[in-house]
Order: sequence, then C-alpha cells, then structure tokens
Amino acid sequence: MILDSKIPEGPLEKKWQNHKANIRLVNPANKRNIDVIVVGTGLAGSSAAASLAEMGYNVKAFCFQDSPRRAHSIAAQGGINAAKNYQNDGDSVYRLFYDTIKGGDYRSREANVYRLAEVSANIIDQAVAQGVPFARDYGGNLDNRSFGGVQVSRTFYAKGQTGQQLLLGAYSALSRQISKGKVKMYNRHEMLEIVMVDGKARGIIARNLVTGEIQRHGAHAVVLASGGYGNVFFLSTNAMGSNGSAAWKAHRKGAHFANPCFTQIHPTCIPVSGEHQSKLTLMSESLRNDGRIWVPKDIKDAEAIRAGKLKPTDLPEEKRDYYLERRYPSFGNLVPRDVASRAAKERCDEGYGVNATGEAVYLDFAAAIERYGKTEANIKGIENPSAEEIRKLGKAVVEAKYGNLFAMYEKIVDDNPYETPMMIYPAVHYTMGGIWVDYNLMTSVPGLFALGEANFSDHGANRLGASALMQGLADGYFVIPYTIGDYLADEIRTGAIDTNHEAFAQAEAEVKGTIDKLMNTAGEHSVDYYHKKLGHIMWNKCGMARNAESLKEAISEIQALRAEFWQKVRVPGGAMEMNPELDKAMRVADFMELGELMCMDALTREESCGGHFREEFQTEEGEALRRDDDFAFVSAWKYNGEPKDAELVKEDLIFDNVELKTRSYK
Amino acid sequence: MDLKLKIWRQANQNSKGELKDYAIKNVSADSSFLEMMDQLNEELIDKGDDPVVFDHDCREGICGMCSLHINGEPHGPENATTTCQLHMRKFKDGDTIFIEPWRARAFPVIKDLSVDRGAFDRIIEAGGYVNVNTSGNTLDANAIPVPKADADEAFNAATCIGCGACVAACPNASAMLFVSAKVSQLALLPQGKVEAKDRVLHMVNQMDLEGFGNCSNVGACAEECPKEISLENIARMNREYLGASLTSTK
Repeated sequence: MILDSKIPEGPLEKKWQNHKANIRLVNPANKRNIDVIVVGTGLAGSSAAASLAEMGYNVKAFCFQDSPRRAHSIAAQGGINAAKNYQNDGDSVYRLFYDTIKGGDYRSREANVYRLAEVSANIIDQAVAQGVPFARDYGGNLDNRSFGGVQVSRTFYAKGQTGQQLLLGAYSALSRQISKGKVKMYNRHEMLEIVMVDGKARGIIARNLVTGEIQRHGAHAVVLASGGYGNVFFLSTNAMGSNGSAAWKAHRKGAHFANPCFTQIHPTCIPVSGEHQSKLTLMSESLRNDGRIWVPKDIKDAEAIRAGKLKPTDLPEEKRDYYLERRYPSFGNLVPRDVASRAAKERCDEGYGVNATGEAVYLDFAAAIERYGKTEANIKGIENPSAEEIRKLGKAVVEAKYGNLFAMYEKIVDDNPYETPMMIYPAVHYTMGGIWVDYNLMTSVPGLFALGEANFSDHGANRLGASALMQGLADGYFVIPYTIGDYLADEIRTGAIDTNHEAFAQAEAEVKGTIDKLMNTAGEHSVDYYHKKLGHIMWNKCGMARNAESLKEAISEIQALRAEFWQKVRVPGGAMEMNPELDKAMRVADFMELGELMCMDALTREESCGGHFREEFQTEEGEALRRDDDFAFVSAWKYNGEPKDAELVKEDLIFDNVELKTRSYK
Repeated sequence: MDLKLKIWRQANQNSKGELKDYAIKNVSADSSFLEMMDQLNEELIDKGDDPVVFDHDCREGICGMCSLHINGEPHGPENATTTCQLHMRKFKDGDTIFIEPWRARAFPVIKDLSVDRGAFDRIIEAGGYVNVNTSGNTLDANAIPVPKADADEAFNAATCIGCGACVAACPNASAMLFVSAKVSQLALLPQGKVEAKDRVLHMVNQMDLEGFGNCSNVGACAEECPKEISLENIARMNREYLGASLTSTK
C-alpha cells in the first residue's frame, strides 16, 4: 500500500495557487444537489460547515454538545498566529512556515505547512469582518504578542479568550447559514459510525443523545472535524466530552491513523492536586511572555517549601534556578512546549518540585510587575516612585493582560498569583497525531475528509502555541471549500444517497449491537473507573518520556484492561433515554483501542522528536535525539482487526526547501 | 467534608419532578462543585441507582454548558463564577445544598438538571452575526481602525458564554442581558453597524417568540452573570431598538 499525499507540483510558494487554479469545480446548480455531513462544530467544523453552505452545498452539521458554540475550541486562550508582519519585526509567510516546520521537529509536510502560513493572514481579515473583537492598540490597530518557539510577535489575541471569540465568530457564520436553511444543525447528536457504500463514505449513523434514537444520515461526502484524543489520558486540558470516537470509527473503516503517539504535553497547567480531579486546567502560554519559570537552586530549599516551612517569596534571587533561561538563553522562557515540559519534568524528577506532590514549578510574575510598574510610572511622570507604587501600577498592567487567567488560577488553587508565584506542571493538551489526510484533506477513504485537530497534517511532532486556531480555521474557511470540489465533481450525477441501502442497515445494526453489549455486561465498575485506569497507564508509560520496556508493558496492560472493560463495565439506565454514562462508555471503549495503537506507534518510532521522547534516544545533555536517516516519515497505521494487528504504512517526508537541523533553542 | 444534598430529579420533560435527598461524605475542599457531583454519581452507580444528569463540558468556565441553580442562585454563591469553577471550599462541613435546574418557560427541562437552551441558538440565528461571506476576500484587518475603547467594550460584551444564568436569575425569565450582549458587541464595531437596525429588531422579535419575559430593571441578571456582562448592554439595546423601530423602513 502506497499513500499518495497528492502534493501539487511546482515551487513551494506556487503549489497552493496552482492547485486552486487547476482544481475541479462543481457548478452552483449542481452544488444544490450535493449533501455534505460535517461532524463537530469547533473552529474547523463550524467554519467548514458555514463555508460549504455558503458555496451552495446542503450541509448537515453534528455536535454532541447542546449548542455548536460549546465546542472545546472555545477554551483556547492565548491567540492565533498569522503572518501579517504588522509589527514590522521581520515576519513573513516563509518565516511562519519555517518556524512551524522547525517547531514540529521536521515531522510535517512542507507543502501543507506552507499553505497554512499562506492563508493565515486571511483568517484575521475574515474574523475582523465578522466582528471578532481582537485586542487593539490606542491607534485602533490590531495588537500582537509573542509565543513559544518564535522570535517575532505574530500572535493576535482577545485577552485570554481568543478561542472563544474566534469560535463565536465561526458560530455566527454557521448560525447565518442555519437561518437560511443551508445548514441543518443536529445538537446533542453523536456520530457512531461511518457508512461505506462501494468503497466511498456515504453517510453516518448518529445517536440522538436526548432520546437515544439511532439515525441514518446520507451524504456525498463526510467531513470529520471532531477534535483530538487527549482524553485517552483521562486527565487532560480537554473538555469532559472531547473524544476520539469519530476518528477511531473512521480508522476502523479504512482511514489510516497517522502518528498517534505525537501528543502535546503543555508546560503551563495547574498541577494535579488529588484523586477527585476530573480534568486539568491550562494557564495560557502567553503567560510565558512575562512569567519567569524557576525552582530553588538548593534541594533543601525545595524540601522546605514542600513542607510548608519556606515561602517562595522569601527565597532571594541568587537561590533560584531559572532553569529555562539557564539552559536555553536565546529563547529563555519562550522555548517550545515540548522543551519546556521536559525541562520541568527533569527538575521535578531530580527532587526540586515545589508542591506537596513534588510535581510543580514556579511561574513568577514579580519581575514583570516591577518592569511594567516602572514603565507606567515613567508614562505618568511620577518621579522616584516608591516600590509600593511601582507594584500597584505594574499589577494593573498585568491584570489588564492576564486578569481572567489569574482569576481562574485563584479560584482553583485558592492562592493569589499577584502576590506569590503560580505553581504549574505539564499536562496533556493537544494531539498532533490524527487521521492521515492528503493535500486535499481527504483521508485514505474516498469521500471522507478530516480537518483541524482531527487530522495529523500540519504540526509534526510538536505544535507551536497559537497555531491550533490558525489550522482549524485555515482548514475550514480556506482549504476544504476548494479541495472538496475536486472529489465532489465526480458526484454530480450520483443523486440523493439512499439510506435504505444495505450498508446503512448493516452499520446501524453494528451500532445497536455495541450498545446492547454495553448495556448488558456484568456491571461491576463504572466507566470512569476504567477510564482512570487507562489514563494512569498512558500517562506513566506513554507520557512525557517513554521507553521500549514500559511501552510493551503498557500494551499488554491495555489489552487486559480492555477485555475486563467489556465484561465488567456498569452502564446504568436505558439506551432509549438521555444517558451520559452510555455516551461515555462508547467513547472510553474506543479510547481503549486507540491507547494501544498510540503505544505501538511510540514503540516503533525509535527516535526522540518533539513531544515524543524516547529515553533511549537522547543526547548527553538530555536533549531529544532525532534520527532523520531512519525516521523522517509519517507513520500511518492501517486497521486490521485488533490494534495489535495494525499495519504500519510509511509516507516519506521530503524536505526540498528546509535543511533538517538539530533543533536548538540555546 | 460531609454534605446533605437536595437535588431536583425529573425523568423527562413531561414528567413531574421533585427534590430528592442525598448524603455525601468525604468531599475534598479542593474539589470543584461538579467533581463533587461526579463523586455522588460514582456512588450512585456503585449502588445500582441512576446517576444525576447535569450539563457540563469544558470545566474551565468558558463553554457555558454547566447550569446549576445552587441554593437559589444560578451558578451558586460565588460572584463571577460558573458552577464548574465553584469550589467546595466555599461550603462548610454539614451544609445542606439545594441543586435545581434553570427554571424558565423557554428552557424546558430535558432530564434532572439538564435544560434545553435551543432558544438562545435561535435568537442568534435571527441576526446575531455580520452578513459577510466566508471567502476571506475582505478588507485588510487594519483597514478600518477601531478605537480601543470601542473594541474593549465590544469585547466585554462578547465574553458572554450563553449559559442562561441571566434568564434563570430574572423573576421575569427575561433574556435581555444575553440578547443585548450580542447586539452591543456588533453595534459597537464598524463591521456590525451596517445592519445594526435589522439585527436588533429581528433578535428582539425572536426573543419574544421564544417566550422569554420582559425586563423590569431588577438587575439580578448582571449580578448573577458569571462573566459580569454589564446592564449597560440592555440600555444600549433599548436605545438601538427604539432608534431602529422609529426609523426602520420595513
């Protein structure tokens, strides 16, 4: 099996333009006879559904939440990248492309990433036109800030709620099409199966989560924008309902799953505090613009802090180890996420952690408060301001920038981060891996497309901050509307899809069979009981650091756990009513398989790159050791029954425009 | 801590609901309110009882899905906080906590504590957008400068999470705060001004059709709003509405 990525010919900067110029089109009259299903209504799904409807296709959109506006894109905090170069600091399409390729540790496709950088500027124009209230400066122009792994300021933001504002923009575009009748919206519906007719994706089986009704929906193409699978770890920054089921069902129907082991562990999250915890909360990367990360230099001070005998604010400057600034002087606190996370783990593993569990480091704003305070005093013409005045002025600036994040931190931790440093620790945040797609964003199943976090295409082994929003909207607004036409041009004579076809009946029977099985098990333990167990295995053995031995253990442990789950999980209530436990059970059942594939992928990738750190492959300084000669490829897994039987198909990554270098942020 | 809970149980929209008593022990003060509910549900499942259905998703206070009436207040006792961000340290050992769904004619109960807020979506569909196509072939984002004060004010209105606490708090079950937040956001920005008149007329009309009550200046909505959406938005919407009604040619 050879995977054809269908990358257009020609020089890098011309590929997308040429492709758009030559791609097949569907005329407006024919579009009215073509149906497209979009699963998921986050940035990628909402923007795709709105754009496809705008173009004239009949769209059915599905979300499991009670409204499309709730999708988890809404929780993205820090910002969205775009190569606008408004700051005149040397940014360009090429530099955004280069930063993304390098940040992804050279494990993504040049052509896809270049296209992403190319359309990025349009996203900002589009969002502003929709009334997205980005932050502005006093001249009325858009403001920018900087994110990890780059040396320019290209991140557009709306305080700490950028994802919310962009999603509400896309939701408003979607609502406009719903009101026109071009999108039929199915809230509180979950996709449970892809229906294949003659080798093409022809529809889905969905469940109404209020009534339990199983429904058939036919279409000429199915677009998955169902997000990532970080919840396989149980604890993550994902929403409680975020799941990998749509992607996994697609995989089982023939869509290759690419680089499943590439997981992003975000460095700045609120640390785990106890067993009651249901999820972890991110503190935006934007905080690293102003916060300095440190642990005590002396292990005795760390012990004293853990025992509550010493306060961080009492520790003088010379006794603190600003380890990121020490190890990576040129990027300092703004190194990419994978690097920052590993460095925090290294310090905590050595015994320098600062909370009761020993798994936390400080993120300190005292220096920023003082710096901003002095600037403000200058602006206001205050001569010889007192330390107290400076602090007050500086706090006001920090509050204007990050107020909502500081308030959230205080609610969760019960500590005031203006007065004492925040405590943070890495947590699962994003999955770079996902369904394999070609340049047109079509999966290896004809007629089945994947967008946003659900696909694997743009971020390689590590995503840069503020690039997820960019990718979701690029895919939905500016890529799929063109590329889907290339496939649908052959469908203009197909006519409406018949949901009475045998394939629909069969898919429906399979879904009902799964539900019956779950409702009729022995019933010993709850779904969460199993989900937590799976999460522990994944975090301990396929988390921030992995090795062959523990991955092999994880695979057999997951197999055993999965067998037990199917025998002993307890799902209360009935199948024909609102039953969140059943919804959860179906998702966890898929995580039980996906987790195993993640471990297999991590085991076969015998190198360290980006978020994938294999302990056997590191430099003497403990940095990731990439092996380009043997592993410069995408691992695309083909389903063959059980996860353990999956077949590895390689798509070689060819770099014509950038030189593969050891990533250095020193 | 140990707590007594009185929780609204209702099998479906058409059945009669009632408050049922539950006791829960060993709740961590560091738990969020919903994690306490998770703990209760795990215990109910272990006992073979039906767990309590409630809406939730992001648990970061931003998706707007959580929606509990706690001790008579939407989202509970803490100001500017959603239920998912409310922590048990705000309660005392031995407390009795009443947990009910949002109550409004326009938000029918689906099951237990979960309500149908589809009316909010329909109000946005009636005009809560700018009629711009999705091609991206529009003006450069900096072509029209927007005064920072206007951009900030629009942003503040736009932070509404659509949870419905304003409706639940209002004695008239009015949705004026929700509707006015969207009307304000778009009326304050040059991109939204073009269709401001039609927008406010259509959205208010839809709001009335959905069965929400009118505003009588109680102010409970803004008081209980987890995102502190200001009452000024209602004043702005009233001005917009009056102006539009008097000058609209349709």
